Amino acid sequence: MAVNYSAKEEADGHPAGGGPGGGATAGGGGAVKTRKPDNTAFKQQRLPAWQPILTAGTVLPAFFIIGLIFIPIGIGIFVTSNNIREYEIDYTGVEPSSPCNKCLNVSWDSTPPCTCTINFTLEHSFESNVFMYYGLSNFYQNHRRYVKSRDDSQLNGDNSSLLNPSKECEPYRTNEDKPIAPCGAIANSMFNDTLELYHIENDTRTAITLIKKGIAWWTDKNVKFRNPKGDGNLTALFQGTTKPVNWPKPVYMLDSEPDNNGFINEDFIVWMRTAALPTFRKLYRLIERKSNLQPTLQAGKYSLDITYNYPVHSFDGRKRMILSTISWMGGKNPFLGIAYITVGSICFFLGVVLLIIHHKYGNRNTSADIPN
Amino acid sequence: MKVRQATPVTSELADISTLARFDGEVICEPPNNKLDKFGGTLYWKENKFPLSNQNMLLRGCVLRNTEWCFGLVVFAGPDTKLMQNSGRTKFKRTSIDRLMNTLVLWIFGFLVCMGVILAIGNAIWEHEVGVCFQIYLPWDEGVHSAVFSGFLSFWSYIIILNTVVPISLYVSVEVIRLGHSYFINWDKKMYCAKRRTPAEARTTTLNEELGQVEYIFSDKTGTLTQNIMVFSKCSVNGHSYGDVQDVLGHNVELGERPEPVDFSFNPLADPGFQFWDPSLLEAVQLGDPHVHEFFRLLSLCHTVMSEEKSEGELYYKAQSPDEGALVTAARNFGFVFRSRTPKTITVHELGRAITYQLLAILDFNNIRKRMSVIVRSPEGKIRLYCKGADTILLERLHPSNQDLTNVTTDHLNEYAGEGLRTLVLACKDLEESYYEDWAERLRRASGAPEAREDRLARLYDEVERDMTLLGATAIEDKLQQGVPETIAILTLANIKIWVLTGDKQAPGSPCAETAVNIGYSCKMLTDDMTEVFVVTGHTVLEVREELRKAREKMMDGSRSMGNGFSYQEKLSSSKLTSVLEAIAGEYALVINGHSLAHALEADMEVEFLETACACKAVICCRVTPLQKAQVVELVKKYKKAVTLAIGDGANDVSMIKTAHIGVGISGQEGIQAVLASDYSFSQFKFLQRLLLVHGRWSYLRMCKFLCYFFYKNFAFTMVHFWFGFFCGFSAQTVYDQYFITLYNIVYTSLPVLAMGVFDQDVPEQRSMEYPKLYEPGQLNLLFNKREFFICIAQGIYTSVLMFFIPYGVFADATRDDGAQLADYQSFAVTVATSLVIVVSVQIGLDTGFWTAINHFFIWGSLAAYFAILFAMHSDGLFQMFPNQFRFVGNAQNTLAQPTVWLTIALTTVVCIMPVVAFRFLKLDLKPELSDTVRYTQLVRKKQKPQHRCARRGGCGGGSRRSGYAFSHQEGFGELIMSGKNMRLSSLALSGFTARPGAAWIETLRRKKGGESSPDTAAKG
Repeated sequence: MAVNYSAKEEADGHPAGGGPGGGATAGGGGAVKTRKPDNTAFKQQRLPAWQPILTAGTVLPAFFIIGLIFIPIGIGIFVTSNNIREYEIDYTGVEPSSPCNKCLNVSWDSTPPCTCTINFTLEHSFESNVFMYYGLSNFYQNHRRYVKSRDDSQLNGDNSSLLNPSKECEPYRTNEDKPIAPCGAIANSMFNDTLELYHIENDTRTAITLIKKGIAWWTDKNVKFRNPKGDGNLTALFQGTTKPVNWPKPVYMLDSEPDNNGFINEDFIVWMRTAALPTFRKLYRLIERKSNLQPTLQAGKYSLDITYNYPVHSFDGRKRMILSTISWMGGKNPFLGIAYITVGSICFFLGVVLLIIHHKYGNRNTSADIPN
Repeated sequence: MKVRQATPVTSELADISTLARFDGEVICEPPNNKLDKFGGTLYWKENKFPLSNQNMLLRGCVLRNTEWCFGLVVFAGPDTKLMQNSGRTKFKRTSIDRLMNTLVLWIFGFLVCMGVILAIGNAIWEHEVGVCFQIYLPWDEGVHSAVFSGFLSFWSYIIILNTVVPISLYVSVEVIRLGHSYFINWDKKMYCAKRRTPAEARTTTLNEELGQVEYIFSDKTGTLTQNIMVFSKCSVNGHSYGDVQDVLGHNVELGERPEPVDFSFNPLADPGFQFWDPSLLEAVQLGDPHVHEFFRLLSLCHTVMSEEKSEGELYYKAQSPDEGALVTAARNFGFVFRSRTPKTITVHELGRAITYQLLAILDFNNIRKRMSVIVRSPEGKIRLYCKGADTILLERLHPSNQDLTNVTTDHLNEYAGEGLRTLVLACKDLEESYYEDWAERLRRASGAPEAREDRLARLYDEVERDMTLLGATAIEDKLQQGVPETIAILTLANIKIWVLTGDKQAPGSPCAETAVNIGYSCKMLTDDMTEVFVVTGHTVLEVREELRKAREKMMDGSRSMGNGFSYQEKLSSSKLTSVLEAIAGEYALVINGHSLAHALEADMEVEFLETACACKAVICCRVTPLQKAQVVELVKKYKKAVTLAIGDGANDVSMIKTAHIGVGISGQEGIQAVLASDYSFSQFKFLQRLLLVHGRWSYLRMCKFLCYFFYKNFAFTMVHFWFGFFCGFSAQTVYDQYFITLYNIVYTSLPVLAMGVFDQDVPEQRSMEYPKLYEPGQLNLLFNKREFFICIAQGIYTSVLMFFIPYGVFADATRDDGAQLADYQSFAVTVATSLVIVVSVQIGLDTGFWTAINHFFIWGSLAAYFAILFAMHSDGLFQMFPNQFRFVGNAQNTLAQPTVWLTIALTTVVCIMPVVAFRFLKLDLKPELSDTVRYTQLVRKKQKPQHRCARRGGCGGGSRRSGYAFSHQEGFGELIMSGKNMRLSSLALSGFTARPGAAWIETLRRKKGGESSPDTAAKG
């Protein structure tokens, strides 16, 4: 006969009103695992913590301090930026009066190359080292299809990629069944105007020495870009490849110096570092200061000789030549200075406004809300 | 706990070999879902044996105090009662979940819009510029027109902008909820040491809704009350015993009770039993026959089982605690129920062992509301002892002793007025011949295959007549610990508590009065209340009239526009709602089960709801489980508020399942409620902690988390959109592919997760002290569509600055070595770095509670960003995979530039500054209560750290004693005297409502008004 005498656990589990603390002793046979939660700071959500609050004592000084830091920095940047000498010539030749107007509709393979000369005057002398840039406008180096159209493996000197470039390079991957080296749209569209600078003094043109090395990042020149590995000269190493469609000559003939030729040609490397925005400038040449007595570029007349190979007119592009000195923060950059001054002032002003509001209407400091 | 017994005839099948030869046949009712009924017949050895629910073990039962049993499976699988009963369990989701889904859909729409804009841009660009640019960048194969290119670019943009759609949101939300659930499980303060049960979050998906509860529907028995009955008073032969009196005979105050009665004369007495009136014991010892008969009845007429573990150590196992209390009382007064067999009951009457022959048990049920036993005493006299509800039994008494009946009725009213549960006791002598005849008919009836119960009921009815009144008992229903305090705090938190009680265990008591008394002792009802409306109408019209009167009174009370309002006009009903919401006084509504049935009918439910919602407290008594669910459904339907149902018994299951959140009390009434619930713990008082601490934090954390999550994704993704305008809409990404992959997973996920799991705005004890802190959740202020748009706007604002500041700086800039600065890769690194820094600063601002873990995650994420950045841009990886790691050398070249850092600093300040200014202004001019409390905390920490502890300790000690109160006056006095609640109310109500509180209430009213008017309009 199965009879269940069931009743409250209460009644039989805790005879004589077993105390709450008796958990440890009353655990029948010790097998009963205590279900009492651990009394740890983590489980009880009592972890020590820093509880910051935005009080007038912290916010207002923060605003003033930011203001007081930003304004001097802004002024510093602004002054520095203003001390930088910069000179810019647009030599696209869109205007009919421009000497380069004749070259406007030049094409890649026109022979002989179209040349033009632009004369200009520097009002102020350039004291320190001068950097010569070419600038392009409306040129979408940041277009997705453009950016991806390269084979870094090939440019890194990988021999298999040299002969079998990545598919990303299409449609500039092969030409007449030969792999293109360097492949891709970026390399294919490499800027190939030649700019020469002359100082005109008493009708004599003195060529200014333009240094073409040291214009690329060290990591690019020494890590990222490598010529194909192997023995023999570059011509032999690039055996079996063909030049990019637009190029007049193959990659191993970019320069006479072996350490600036092939993939490690610095003009090429600079071009391959694609710009973020459709208007950009790229470093072209360096003009080093010769002596401490003379400025690098004196004020006076100069002429710029351009071998005009690079067509931009078809897509409304512009080409510029820029001469600039630099400072600790780089080239001319009025935006940063003005932005700093503005933001600093706004912070300071906001600080003042908040202070007034806090004093007039703020009820934070009243002790009315604080019980006892 | 239920007692189940095998049919006695099968008891011979005790070993397996005989069991194997068993060849009976069971014919029974078809499968159904009635848990408390079973009818069947066992055909065995050419005999019929009745089978009832008493002989059944239902699926899901757990055997207690039984080592083994053999059984016969009657139904299996889906035919079992359990499976028949398992209604379609609705999948519960939180309102934030639903909002989140909507928002994600909107974001999808937004994504498509952006895609379309950029695709159109692309088509135009390719048409105007791209066509000419083909000398350097020919179109892809297969693309012959700008329009097709735009079409392709649409898909490209959908892919690169898909990060606005927060896929990882769902996973993160679940992780956070899981964390919160663990915190609930781990909470030491919700652990009941007595039952050794911790609180348990049985679902992990509802946590933040705990912070938004507006209505609590509570069961009474076992939830508010302990379901522990204490024999408190009795009336024997017109004399009432049990009042606590001092030497001079005056009733004394609670708390200074004299010594309890000494039962040491009785070796079998239960040491746990306490009684304060010595006169009853004196009456027993003097040999008053009425008192003896009274206790004899108590020791005989019951279904308690006794167990004697060792000589004199008796344990009673009772089905209902009432019975246990009565039998224990008899035991202590010298009528010790010692043991029983199916046919006998042995009682020690004042030391003398007497064995009565048990002839029949006429068991209790809900219709009969009484139970009787028929016993044959050793002298051979047959006697029927009956106990039951006063309403039933008083009608069945012999009309001769009308005087005694009147006195007893007075006593009964007195007891009921004190909130005690009463039973009337009566007895009757039976003639031997009459009994024989009756017993024979009973045997036949119980063997009958159909309508057995009806026939039995008729037989029972016949014998239980013309009885002699013995007296009445009053049992005290003990409140759970901390119930009044919890209700007081929850009420202050603007949570409305409705008590829905089935009250099946107090059959005799006038229900409404008991409920009202429980209401007073729970502090649901207070003397502050202008009026308590009691609705007890039996017909539709009565109920409607009573409700109407109640509302009229409330309108008059509020005086503003109470005159001449016609309730019949449908037009006015929308106005009515708003008026009722603005009622000035405090009212309470008590409604009876049968009135509720009418009130819940379709044409009256809105009326009922409006009336009920205008009241501070609502008590529904004698409601069926289905009605409980209907009430919850009603509020859910019309109020759009979050509802919570709490209960402990099987009759609460439907309500628990219906409410947004179901809480089960894992107490004495089995585990059905717990199994159906979302959260379970063992004491009602833990509810305040669950809601005010865990719920509040969960809601806060979830809202902060969601805001930040949407913000960071928009800030991150929208940069691509702006960049699109400068890259020919070519779907070029701004960032490195690895940054895009890792941004959501590594750089920004952990700090916000840490905030979502650990954040606290105010310490836990403050949320109890200032229950008003709970209101933002109810009003859904921390995360709603408006907040979402603010987050999105902030994200877009950040993305604009994130793109255009570097754009402005980089446009013509060069590096400090003369080379071009604005190359794509440097730009990408700059934007990415400033983005990571800005969102890190933002999470720092959002985090209000910086634990070591938060520090570790926030600083760790920043460190991880830089570590991964430098690793990805290292020579080694590039040498291995030159086409995958194109950014070689970029990090060290870019981040060495002062201009880049100046840009990052500028971007950070510009992005963060307005946020700080805005938040400061909000804090300074319109602080939320939580801000004030937080600020106060800071100030107080500096001032006096130890003052608080001392006072809290005092409160805890003081309130325990007042946990049980007989009369509402005393209970309320306790409330005033304890000081704690006064301080609470004065602080939370006056201190806060004085200034910004008015605005709060306005918002609340507007919200409610706005919500209810469309409902009523739709009806009209």
